[in-house]
Amino acid sequence: MNDFPATATDPAVPDIRPSMPESQPAIPQRLVELHGWGRAASSMSHLASIDSLADAVSALRTSGGRGVTPRGLGRSYGDAAQNAGGVTLDLTKLDKILAVDAGGDPATVTVQAGVSLDQLMRALLPFGLWVPVLPGTRQVTIGGAIAADVHGKNHHTQGSFGNHVRSLDLLTADGEVHTLTPDGTPGVDEDGRLFWATIGGMGLTGAILGATVAVQRTETAYFTVDTDRCSDIDDLMAKMSEGDDAYTYSVAWFDAVTRGKHMGRAVLTRGDKASLADLDPKKRRDPLKFVAPSFGTIPEVFPNRMVNKVTAKAFSEFWYRKAPAHRVGELQNITSFFHPLDIVAEWNRVYGPHGFLQYQFVVPFTEAETFRRCFEMIVTSGHLSCLNVLKRFGPGNPAPLSFPMPGWTLTVDLPIEQGLDKLCDALDSEVIGAGGRVYLAKDSRLSADTFRAMYPRLEDFLAVRRQVDPAGLFNSDLARRLHL
Amino acid sequence: MLNALGTPQSLLLLGGTSDIALAVARRYAGRAPGLRVVLAARPSERRSAAAAELSDLGCRVEEVDLDARDHASHAATVEAAFTGGDVDVAVLAFGLLGDPERDWSDPELALELAEVNYAAPVHLGVLLANRMREQAHGRIVALSSVAGERVRRSNFVYGSTKAGFDGFFLGLGEALREHGVRVLVVRPGFVRTKMTEGLSEAPLAVTADVVADAVVEGVQEDRDLVWVPKPMRFVMSGLRHVPRPLFRRLPI
Repeated sequence: MNDFPATATDPAVPDIRPSMPESQPAIPQRLVELHGWGRAASSMSHLASIDSLADAVSALRTSGGRGVTPRGLGRSYGDAAQNAGGVTLDLTKLDKILAVDAGGDPATVTVQAGVSLDQLMRALLPFGLWVPVLPGTRQVTIGGAIAADVHGKNHHTQGSFGNHVRSLDLLTADGEVHTLTPDGTPGVDEDGRLFWATIGGMGLTGAILGATVAVQRTETAYFTVDTDRCSDIDDLMAKMSEGDDAYTYSVAWFDAVTRGKHMGRAVLTRGDKASLADLDPKKRRDPLKFVAPSFGTIPEVFPNRMVNKVTAKAFSEFWYRKAPAHRVGELQNITSFFHPLDIVAEWNRVYGPHGFLQYQFVVPFTEAETFRRCFEMIVTSGHLSCLNVLKRFGPGNPAPLSFPMPGWTLTVDLPIEQGLDKLCDALDSEVIGAGGRVYLAKDSRLSADTFRAMYPRLEDFLAVRRQVDPAGLFNSDLARRLHL
Repeated sequence: MLNALGTPQSLLLLGGTSDIALAVARRYAGRAPGLRVVLAARPSERRSAAAAELSDLGCRVEEVDLDARDHASHAATVEAAFTGGDVDVAVLAFGLLGDPERDWSDPELALELAEVNYAAPVHLGVLLANRMREQAHGRIVALSSVAGERVRRSNFVYGSTKAGFDGFFLGLGEALREHGVRVLVVRPGFVRTKMTEGLSEAPLAVTADVVADAVVEGVQEDRDLVWVPKPMRFVMSGLRHVPRPLFRRLPI
């Protein structure tokens, strides 16, 4: 089946001036169903596997009227990396680590966009180097980490991924590759506006093909971790407000099922990178060992409603009880501290074929009351969430579509069921009222109007985009949904 | 785009003044602020009133002319609906109930029913399907009827058009699956609307709002076929197997 119009002459496609012969054959494309990690909101895209710059330019040239969007490992929860009826560029084959400058200040690494954080960590640890920002999974690409401006448990101390990017190579709609830097690039991006629009820009300014990222030095691949059980939401927020600044990394899991006196009981884990002196002699022999156990892949056998009252209560009880009431200085490895969900592959299948959505919002610290109200709305809604994360963000960055801002952020995973739209719409209203926002990398349901109300600097982004891609060649389901 | 919760951003109503179509639009208007609604119908006061009502609900309304019997105009109608962007959900809601005893004895009336209830939906259905294949997403909601499940003597001209309609759209749904487009066939029983005004109500009668709820739920859950109300499915599957000599004697 290939009824895709080959429209090199489509007037909507701008002239492309790549240094490649016109006779370059179109790269093969397959019409496939794509969806985000939440497995809802799927659509059919022409998926083109990109091996080289020439491939990418060729895909742009023949993309037709519905445009192009880049895709990495598909860990965005919603519809960011798919393009119904158009072309989706699979960039995961651009997976070369090109250079490591371990002696620089700071140390840097130069990679192609399809390199995953997992691959990068494994490569960097032997040099005693550490990826500065790690989201909840290592299975994301560098391109995706930049395009979504991902954050980790150290946001309050070290910012989001975009803060650590020294330069990036962007293939824009005109078929040229531009090297961009945060402070601007003479002749290309005078004031860095294109660079910052690309950070958190969800792949809509162009395709990120590579980047140079500042990395950190580390003596070990372990963490010293303090764990505290908190009896309810107020206890948790108080403990975090008081103590977070003493730790590089801080995050809390909370119970979103239990109501009443212990509503919002939580497990707070905070820590710092361990130094050599923190390790016992056995671990000291291989302090940079990358511990990443795998318990296999979740099979595609789960029905809808696996997450129900019984399983959600049991899970929440277990997760709370398995944590110690108070423990200081425990040594944990990368996987147990950062990425417990990476132990099993394809864990999203547990939610069944209807899928789930993740709702993550942030509101300023001054709106703690709103934050608490949103939290109560979720717990009392009857919609059940097991994987719930609460964190305090530090300062944001100049990127107009970057999500983090100083304030409280909360994340819940909600199975898709009747009535969920009402809960999410009500939460949107609270979040907008408080001057907060929802995270695009997680979103699969915002409307264009609510999105606009959440991102006051959207016009800055759109102005850059109009300039770099006047015909809107870079397009995606998310862009169509949010009228970007 | 339909979002992860099955809420569209744009809605095309073919038969934009039908009670069921408008009930569907009101449902979606409540969930999707700024919903784009294309009302395709003959120009009339009723269409203007529907447009005004939906605008008040916050929809961006476009009015497009649709004449079911003028096949040559259909392509322009569909094109006009897509000029404002992708169509996420298209509802085929126009139809004639006719007058059963006159329809089967007047060739012109019988032809009119066949054209409006079958030929026009097939023609528009193919035009819609072609556009939706290009955008590689979208839902076509085809309002069929239980009357097509087993055609009865009492309204067999209407029933036969719905039987053909039903079969076409179920088949179209199968053909479009691999293109990312889905078809939802809706089989309501007796619906209290302007079309059935003055008729004596059949058992399990529902309102247009109940049908609209079923449409919204069916779209959200990616269903191919829904019955309204749900028990109608069992009633009809019983009736389907009643032997003809007995079926003839049933007061239906």
